[in-house]
Amino acid sequence: MSEPLTLTPSQTVGPFLHIALADPALRFAVVADAPGAIHITGTLTDGGGSPVPDGLIETWQADGLFARCPTDDDGRYEIFTRKPPAVPTVDGTPQAPHVSVSVFARGLLDRVVTRIYFPEDAAANEADPTLSAVPDERRHLLVAAADGPAAYRFDVRLQGDGESVFLAI
Amino acid sequence: MSTADTIETFAPAPPDTHPPLDSPGYRSTHLRHPNREPLQLDIGKLDRGELGGPLFGEGVVTDADADLTIGPDGEAIGQRIIVTGRLLDAGGRPIANSLVELWQANASGRYRHVSDRWPGALDPNFTGNGRCLTDADGTYRFTTIRPGAYPWGNHPNAWRPAHLHFSLFGRSFTQRLVTQMFFPDDPLFFQDPIYAAVPERSRHALISAYDHDTTIAEWALGFRFDIVLRGPDRTPFEGAD
Repeated sequence: MSEPLTLTPSQTVGPFLHIALADPALRFAVVADAPGAIHITGTLTDGGGSPVPDGLIETWQADGLFARCPTDDDGRYEIFTRKPPAVPTVDGTPQAPHVSVSVFARGLLDRVVTRIYFPEDAAANEADPTLSAVPDERRHLLVAAADGPAAYRFDVRLQGDGESVFLAI
Repeated sequence: MSTADTIETFAPAPPDTHPPLDSPGYRSTHLRHPNREPLQLDIGKLDRGELGGPLFGEGVVTDADADLTIGPDGEAIGQRIIVTGRLLDAGGRPIANSLVELWQANASGRYRHVSDRWPGALDPNFTGNGRCLTDADGTYRFTTIRPGAYPWGNHPNAWRPAHLHFSLFGRSFTQRLVTQMFFPDDPLFFQDPIYAAVPERSRHALISAYDHDTTIAEWALGFRFDIVLRGPDRTPFEGAD
């Protein structure tokens, strides 16, 4: 087997990511009134608790749905999607339904990755291999909060108290 | 019934590939880098959602999207350049039909963005936004304007070397990458903490090469920039269901 090529290093998206990455249509993985549509909102904050107004949240799901939303002046993002199906890990372990999340921002030299699990799936979440690998007191940081009918809130904290659980994949 | 099939997996990046999130020379990392170690998910603990990815851009991306030099009232001002290269994985395999997004400052070093306030001239015929799909050989190609350097507030007399921002999807969530392409022999590298944050072994992979074969006579200068994403992992997995 030949030597692998040198990977291209990551760099920050910088403060002007909106020029190319902010198409408002892309926050809709499904239209807002689609059957089964859910609305996920949240705030991206830094280690001082301040909102991050130049970030980008991307969501990917096992059913192929993708959404992307830049954060606004208050650090807020929103996406419309469907709750994904539960899929096993590649080694065959059952998992709870979850959305995979990439976070980009000025000041982040590489993306950080987390997951959104759902609060109504208590039993499946209890058995989920990734959630189970997180200490009890931090597990809730991977679970969205119910925020009304078909609506969830999922905040991302980059650093400090309540720092999100990030995943190295 | 379970069907045995092989799921393509992707080997993790070697440790001296990406810049550390805590890079004090780049001040904006100070409050934005996580303090805790991330939870390591071995490849066997990922799933099809993370090892596959949405395909998009087909039917949406047009050839015109890859030419940034044509504005509403004429041509953009500056040195016209062709930027082309191949999107590959670490095994050297081309990644075909994959979305490449590009954004950049204009020839004056000014971004068309409400937050960019330095007194570089705006060009009404240059948005600095492009995209294309790689072809069957993994090749992408843009026609654009060579961007200028621009000042920023990171340290006294700080200037970013001229660069293009690239966003890549590859075939998998694990391959997602946002990076910056620089130009050869830029005299501003020595004071740029964003470039310097990259481990020395990997910095060369951010710098394009002037390529006379890409240059078009009496039209545009050519630069080559190959982009390499994570490659195949040899561990076989039997997929359940």
